[in-house]
Parts: sequence; structure tokens; C-alpha cells
Amino acid sequence: MPVYIGKRLLVAIPTLLIISVFVFSLQKLLPGDPILAMAGEERDPAVIEFLREKYHLNDPVPVQYVRWLGGIVQGDFGISLRTNQPVLELILQKLPVTIQLAVMSMIIAFVIGIPAGILAAVKKNTALDYIANIFALSGLSIPNFWLGIMLILLISVNLGWLPASGYESIFVDPVRSLQTMIMPAFVLGTALAAQLMRHTRSAMVGVMSADYIRTARAKGLSPREVVLSHSFRNALLPVVTLSALLFGELLAGAVLTEQIFTIPGFGKLIVDAVFNRDYAVVQGVVLCTAVGFILMNLIADVLYVLLNPRLRATL
Amino acid sequence: MTTIDQVPSITVAKRGESRAWRKMKRNRSSLVGAAIVLFFAILAVAAPILPIIDPIATSWSAIRKAPSAAYWLGTDDLGRDILSRMIWGAQASLMAGVVSVAIAVVIGVPFGLVSGYFGGWVDMVISRITEALLAMPFLIMAIALAAFLGPSLMNAMIAIGLSAMPIFVRLTRGQVLAVKTEDYVEGARAVGLNHVEIMVRYILPNVFAPIIVQATLTVATAIIAEASLSFLGLGQQPPAPSWGSMLNVAKNFLTQAPWMAMWPGAAIFLVVIGFNLLGDGLRDALDPRES
Repeated sequence: MPVYIGKRLLVAIPTLLIISVFVFSLQKLLPGDPILAMAGEERDPAVIEFLREKYHLNDPVPVQYVRWLGGIVQGDFGISLRTNQPVLELILQKLPVTIQLAVMSMIIAFVIGIPAGILAAVKKNTALDYIANIFALSGLSIPNFWLGIMLILLISVNLGWLPASGYESIFVDPVRSLQTMIMPAFVLGTALAAQLMRHTRSAMVGVMSADYIRTARAKGLSPREVVLSHSFRNALLPVVTLSALLFGELLAGAVLTEQIFTIPGFGKLIVDAVFNRDYAVVQGVVLCTAVGFILMNLIADVLYVLLNPRLRATL
Repeated sequence: MTTIDQVPSITVAKRGESRAWRKMKRNRSSLVGAAIVLFFAILAVAAPILPIIDPIATSWSAIRKAPSAAYWLGTDDLGRDILSRMIWGAQASLMAGVVSVAIAVVIGVPFGLVSGYFGGWVDMVISRITEALLAMPFLIMAIALAAFLGPSLMNAMIAIGLSAMPIFVRLTRGQVLAVKTEDYVEGARAVGLNHVEIMVRYILPNVFAPIIVQATLTVATAIIAEASLSFLGLGQQPPAPSWGSMLNVAKNFLTQAPWMAMWPGAAIFLVVIGFNLLGDGLRDALDPRES
């Protein structure tokens, strides 16, 4: 297993390098010269030259890239223009908030999506199946920021049941933390639940026509045992892989959801950075998301092997 | 090419088309999808000639009016007619969806074709870059690109198009790999056609069906992405109407004017459902395996 993981990590290196080139080139897309903006109204040539030297902008672009990458590898993502904090520190500060949101959303997605998928597959082509499919289609099509606004309107403004915004760490005040996070987690969770439901359903439908399921039925197992311990265990593989891949979507969804519920997480960080033209932070967030996504992919592959006895034997 | 050669291929194509069309007509949900899309498309195209109020005309005497006979969907914080802004917003949303997917297809498909057809180091380079781009979540990449390009509807479309592009590279490449060993491709090579002719005339038409399906489904994603960017202020700029920017303003007036938030979101929801249903229907209709 360690050899397998090592190999997969090696394969990730070129991918990460290409991403770093992309993220680095983003700053070259910026219209206008940042140095002119920094030099102020007078645009003293000496000051401009000094700033160019200071930020190594007189070097050829590839040299600039290597210097930038060297910093990144050592954890130097640059300094936020707005808060003067190191970008990495800022990201690490916000990350736990988004991880809490992500974990809660995933739990909601699993609790809704997987049972709904199993049920739809077992009751294939019945009213129940159609209703589940309609909900899945709606979950996929609803813009999550609008769902968030509508929930605030209904539950916070009209009914007054939950706070519309704010954030409290789960370690400081667990009740308040869950109260503020449950709506955003639900908003993010529904879209994921829809995808999980669709995949669980199609995986289950595929598995349930297999010979061993007929055998299990024939030898007199209860329908419940057939569905849960024979069908679902085999249908689980694609679902596990999908869950890891959904993580990327979760981070992207968090951008707007955190904006609406004013949750000070990772997503709000990138939006605030965009508004404040704090480009080092934008680059840092994109880079970290990509690294997170690649790690989740790796975890998905490892789980895939661990859960599949046939593949496990080849290691 | 002689006419004799062309006859069978034309009839085969026609039979395929009509079978797909028959399947499409039987599939009620895809027809619903098509109807929804058509409805919004007509609204978007007809916006300039419909007898509606100017979407950017403000009226201080009609600020945040609830829906009424004069203003069917109410007015916004500047007294502008929401119905009119919705109709003009349809234009922005549909255009953003279609143009950004067109950008993704026009760039992505040729790369996928070349990558799958030639293989070797060309394939390796294109595939690695595609994988790297796919490792960045779609919306985060679009936001980053739009932020660096500067806020405007055109830049939002470019950002969304570029972010959606890798999907089409991967899809086209996979399809080409499946098709390029077929006998008719071998035949075309034997006749002495060059690579470009083989790719464009023999491979592309045979890999186009899944690309159309993916494009339809991606329009849905792109419309949500445009709304998201406009919601964040990175898309359509005020006072020009777009559903996303209308929601952005509306969220500040939830208690006083909830209708401002309802309509634009409902429209996005509906149009996205339309494209998703249409895409799913097309996939079933164009899939030769299912009867």
C-alpha cells in the first residue's frame, strides 16, 4: 500500500506544477501595471525603478516564476495587501470554518442522498422513484445562493427560528455553532445529495440485476439483507469515489454560501480578496483548493483499492 | 469521393437522426425541457420589441412596490420594473450560457481531437494540462479568472468558457480513442486523406453526439455560474439587468421587498431545469444502446 500511495503522490507532482504555472500566470492577466499603482500620483521614475527591483519585476518571467514557486514550496504565499498578514496564515485561519461547514454538508448529503438512492433503485419505476428523481433534478438545478436567500427569508425572517448569519466556533459554543451552520450546510448538502442519490440509484440498479443477488434471494435471505449487505456493499464503490470528488464542488459551493450567510470561511476569503484586489490571497486560495482536490482524489483512489478485495489482492 | 460512396452514409445518418428524434418525442420530460428553453429564448430575443417598460428607467415614486396590475412582478429599490428587468435579464443569462459553452467547445474539442488522434507526446502534454485544469473547482477557477480579467459580462463569459473547456477536451479525446480504430477511419487513411481531413470529416461527425449532450448540460452549469459571478459583482455591471445581479441587490431588501429575490432565482432555477431535462433527453435519444 505505501508503494501505491507513493506512486500516486509522484504522479501528482506534474499536475501541481502545471497548476502553479496557471496560478502564477493569473497575475500577468491583470490589466495595468501594479507598480504604477503602488508608485502613487507622482510616478517618480526612481521610485518605480526601486519598486521594480524590490519585487524582482525586471527579471525574465521564467525567473520570476521559479522565485515565486520557491516561496510557495517553503510556505511563503505572499502577503495579503489588505491585512498585511501572510497569506498562508490567513488561509489556515479560515480553513477550520469551511471544514466544519463541509463536514456538516457531507453528513446531510449522505443522510438524504444514499437512502433516497437505494429506495429509488429498489422501487424502480414506481411513484417513489419518480418523486426521488424530481427532487434530485431540482437539487441539481437550484442555484444554491438563491436557495440560501429563500431559506433566510422563510426560516429567519418570517419564522424567526434560526439566525440568518453569523458564526461561532463549535469548540466555543456548540449549540450556537450548529444553529448558525445548519442552514448553510443544508443549502450545500442538497446539491450533493442530489448527485449522490443519482449515482447510488444507478449503481444499485446495475448491481441488483447481478447473478449473486438472484442467488442471495434464492437462498432465502430477507429483502433487507439482500439490499443492504449484498447490493449496497457492491454499489458503494462508485459512491465512495464520487464523494471524494464532490469535495471540490463543496469548496466552490462554499464560496457563495458563505457569502450569503456571512460565514468567515475559505469561500468568503476569496470573495473578499477579489473585492479588495488582494490578488496574492486569490492565488493562494486557488492553489490550496487544487491541492485539497488532488489529495481528495488520492484518498478516493486509496479507498477504492481498500474497499475492493480484488484490487487489494494485487497490492 | 464518388456519389456511390456517399449514398449509404447519408441514409445511415438520416435513419439515425429520425430514430433519435422519435425517441426524443416519446420522452415527455425532454419535451418539457425543450419547451422551457424555447420560452426563455423567445423572451430573450423578443425583449426589444415587447411592450415593456425600459428596464433601466428608475422611478422615485414607485420604489419597492409589491406586485400589482401596473407592475406585475413589482419594482426594485430604484423603482425599476422587475418584469422588464427579468425579460432583459433572460437575454444576458442565455447569452452567457450559450457563448461561454461555445468558447469551451471551440477551444476544447480541437484539443481533444488532436490529443486522441495523434496520441504520443502530444496526447501526454494535452492530457496532463487538462487534468491539472480539472483539479481546480470550476466555479473557483471562473471567479479567479474573472477577478483577474476585470468585471464585465464578456469577461465572465470568457472565464466560464475557459473553466468549462477541459471537460470538452477530455470528453472528445475519449470519444476519438474509441472511434479512431474503426474500419472507416482506416479506409479513409488508405484512400490517402490527410490527418486534418480524416479528423474533420470522419472522426468529428462520429464523436459529435456526446459533445452535444455535454454542451447542453454545460449550458445549465454556465447559466448558474454567470448568475453566481454577477451575484458577486463580477459579471453583468449595473444598471444593465441580469438575474444574478438582481439577486445581489435583492438580498439587502429581504424584509422590505421579498419579491425582488423570488423572481430572478425562480427564473434561473427554471431555465437550468430546462437545459438539464433537455440534455438528459438528448443523451437517451442519441445513445444507440438503449432502445
